[in-house]
Amino acid sequence: MLGMLGFDDLPHDPIMLGGALSIVGGGLAVIILITFLKKWTWLYREWLTSLDPKKIGVMYIIVALVMLLRGLGDAVMLRAHQALASGEAQGFLSSDHFQQVFTAHGTIMIFFVAMGLMFGLINLVLPLQLGARDVAFPFLNSVSFWLFFMGMALINVSLVVGEFAAAGWLSYPPLSGIEYSPGVGVDYWIWALQISGVGSLLSGINFIVTILKMRAPGMKLMDMPIFAWSVFGAMLLVIFAFPILTATLGMLSLDRLLGMHFFTSDMGGNPMMYINLIWAWGHPEVYILILPAFGIFSEIVATFARKKLFGYTSMVAAIMAIAFFSYVVWLHHFFTMGAGANVNAFFGITTMIIAIPTGVKVFNWLFTMYRGRVKFTSPMYWFLGFIVTFTIGGMTGMLHAVPAIDFQMHNSLFLVAHFHNMIIGGVVFGFMAGLTYWFPKIFGFTLHEGLGKAAAWCWIIGFVGAFGPLYILGIMGATRRLDHYDASLGWQGLFIVAGIGLMIMMLGAGLQALQLLVSIIQRKKNRDTTGDPWNGRTLEWSVPSPAPSYNFAITPVIRGRDAFWDMKHDKNYPKNKFEPFHLPKNSPFGLLIAFASFLMCFALIWHIWWLLIVGTLALLALLIVRFADEDTEILITKEVVAREQKGVV
Amino acid sequence: MSHAEAALRHQAEFAKTTLGFWVYLMTDCVLFACLFATYAVLRGGTAGGPTGAQLFDLNFILIETLLLLASSLTTGIALVGLAAKQTKLIWASLGLTFLLGAGFLGMELYEFGVLLAEGHGPQASAFLTAYFTLVGTHGFHIAVGLLWLLVLVYFLYKRGVTSSFEKRLTMFALFWHFLDIIWIFIFTLVYLMGALS
Repeated sequence: MLGMLGFDDLPHDPIMLGGALSIVGGGLAVIILITFLKKWTWLYREWLTSLDPKKIGVMYIIVALVMLLRGLGDAVMLRAHQALASGEAQGFLSSDHFQQVFTAHGTIMIFFVAMGLMFGLINLVLPLQLGARDVAFPFLNSVSFWLFFMGMALINVSLVVGEFAAAGWLSYPPLSGIEYSPGVGVDYWIWALQISGVGSLLSGINFIVTILKMRAPGMKLMDMPIFAWSVFGAMLLVIFAFPILTATLGMLSLDRLLGMHFFTSDMGGNPMMYINLIWAWGHPEVYILILPAFGIFSEIVATFARKKLFGYTSMVAAIMAIAFFSYVVWLHHFFTMGAGANVNAFFGITTMIIAIPTGVKVFNWLFTMYRGRVKFTSPMYWFLGFIVTFTIGGMTGMLHAVPAIDFQMHNSLFLVAHFHNMIIGGVVFGFMAGLTYWFPKIFGFTLHEGLGKAAAWCWIIGFVGAFGPLYILGIMGATRRLDHYDASLGWQGLFIVAGIGLMIMMLGAGLQALQLLVSIIQRKKNRDTTGDPWNGRTLEWSVPSPAPSYNFAITPVIRGRDAFWDMKHDKNYPKNKFEPFHLPKNSPFGLLIAFASFLMCFALIWHIWWLLIVGTLALLALLIVRFADEDTEILITKEVVAREQKGVV
Repeated sequence: MSHAEAALRHQAEFAKTTLGFWVYLMTDCVLFACLFATYAVLRGGTAGGPTGAQLFDLNFILIETLLLLASSLTTGIALVGLAAKQTKLIWASLGLTFLLGAGFLGMELYEFGVLLAEGHGPQASAFLTAYFTLVGTHGFHIAVGLLWLLVLVYFLYKRGVTSSFEKRLTMFALFWHFLDIIWIFIFTLVYLMGALS
């Protein structure tokens, strides 16, 4: 009846039981709170079924921030264990649990925090910046979000039912094959990534068409805000990279489920094929995350330096160059494969070339600030922290690009420090800056500046404390994923320093939670009445805050770059007349389709074949019923707009 | 809203969907590219078992190929029927497309059945794993296409030629031609080159 699922799969170990209880307890608390406040109908009508990209964006960000807490919790467990497990002391995690925790940490942070924040911010801002009322395919957008949500749900279910993967965040075979990982952990990993990956792929298609077809009349590609360009670059990477992930995970699951021989060590299989394929996705993936962060910083620097962005054209060229080169460097993740000196030299050189367009961007930002009247707001704090940490991370990356050096550094903590330098110092700082910057546009009030600045300081100082020691440990020979080391190596002190650094970062995260709370309490004081709290340059600041569901009552006229700046400084700026337009109706089908996919994945993980059939039939039925519905839009007239505007004021 | 405005809106919708569908097809193309690359790497990994030359019957595959190519032609004719507003022509050509596609899929399943019965299943070697997955993924797409066709025909029967039918038939035709192109590569790289070596 339940396939391989039985009572033994519920957690026994006290630490694991704690994790499971916190998930179940947290879920129950939310459900009870919503029931107590009688908010279910409101939640369903206003959020769960909404096709408004701004609401979908907010939901992405809420999920991502909750998962950030879980990922940080995992990091604390890992560092605390490593600070203790020296010599005689064995730490508090079993080896197997330690492996599950670092696998979960990597998977969650990349797929459900970084990707979630990125898609959230794109949903919030991209249509507004393009002068559009919606994305190209609003329903598909909802499907994407719910697939992402269900992937996240699968990871959390694995805490309670069964186990999570223990084979690292990219699950290299043959370790991740059925022979060495016979449990359901790797299957949870595969299917959580598979459905959220399909969601990302659909989002990629959606945003590309949005950028190419939905720009306000008059906005040429080279008039787009630079954030829109960075999203365009990232989404081009998504549509070329994510099919590779889908195919690779599909093959790995065929190996595990049906006993095939893609990546096995025997019967002609080739594990290195997996490593090549997964990095052909994985390297573009890191650029998918960093490009939008670059875009955010470009907007912020131009706004707070009160100058137009220096070198717009070179910025666009740099984005596209990075997008291209990110496809020809994947082998630098495994120089040690033994592909030979010529192959390694080729990939070493292409890797170094990427530093050129990235350097162009750094200089463009610096020159934008040069002779500007820079306002040091909290987004600028994140930006300045980013410039320093990201440049250090870039330089350690260049070290890795030399194959001879990489042979020494491969799989060491030096590498771990390098990529955290890029992902935290680049991606996370960027998204935090973006959240602070665009928060008033969505919620109608600004965040508390003092607490924001304090949080940024904690993150920056904590980051240096947490990852500086890792560079040194890496050079001393400490490998990644180490759950115990000999006391005579003398590493414990540095591990303790790293742990203290992480604590300072946690303090930063705590201050951010406090910042949100204080800002909500003081929302009347910090209300954004103009819609333009930062003296912005781009179209999103031309509409009231919070932005209305239709974004623009009147389609804006575009004459060039920095359209809103132009509008503010030209008294004779032309204006369009109001014309009625269409908006999509709410639909529960995104949620339902994703839930059917969730059932299918759960059935595949536990070999519950009847549930697989039920899920598949439900998915088909839902798709057909949705496609049969020809009445999916409502007409917005002048009266509707007037009514909503009254409601806002 | 005036008639002209409605037509303009329809046109904009059509342009968006077409571009989106093209982008989707390119992502599917990347997915197949991975499977082709994997096949190319693993085709030598027969683990002492049979090679493609020993297993493939080119005459059988030729007939299969001709069925699929013919179904692409009939899909094209359905689009001609759509442009000429000849509902009967649409009906006839879509019916033929379904039969030819089902014939192709039936032949493929028969071929798989024979291989399995002889003990040359996907578990037998890495070569067979890659072969079954590549060809099977194409076959799965064909099966989805056939299901899509049935739904299309159902709505044609229920609602006649509506603007959304027009849009969806055009997308179906793109999908079907795309599968045709993928099959040409399978025919060449898997079967013809396999029979050579």
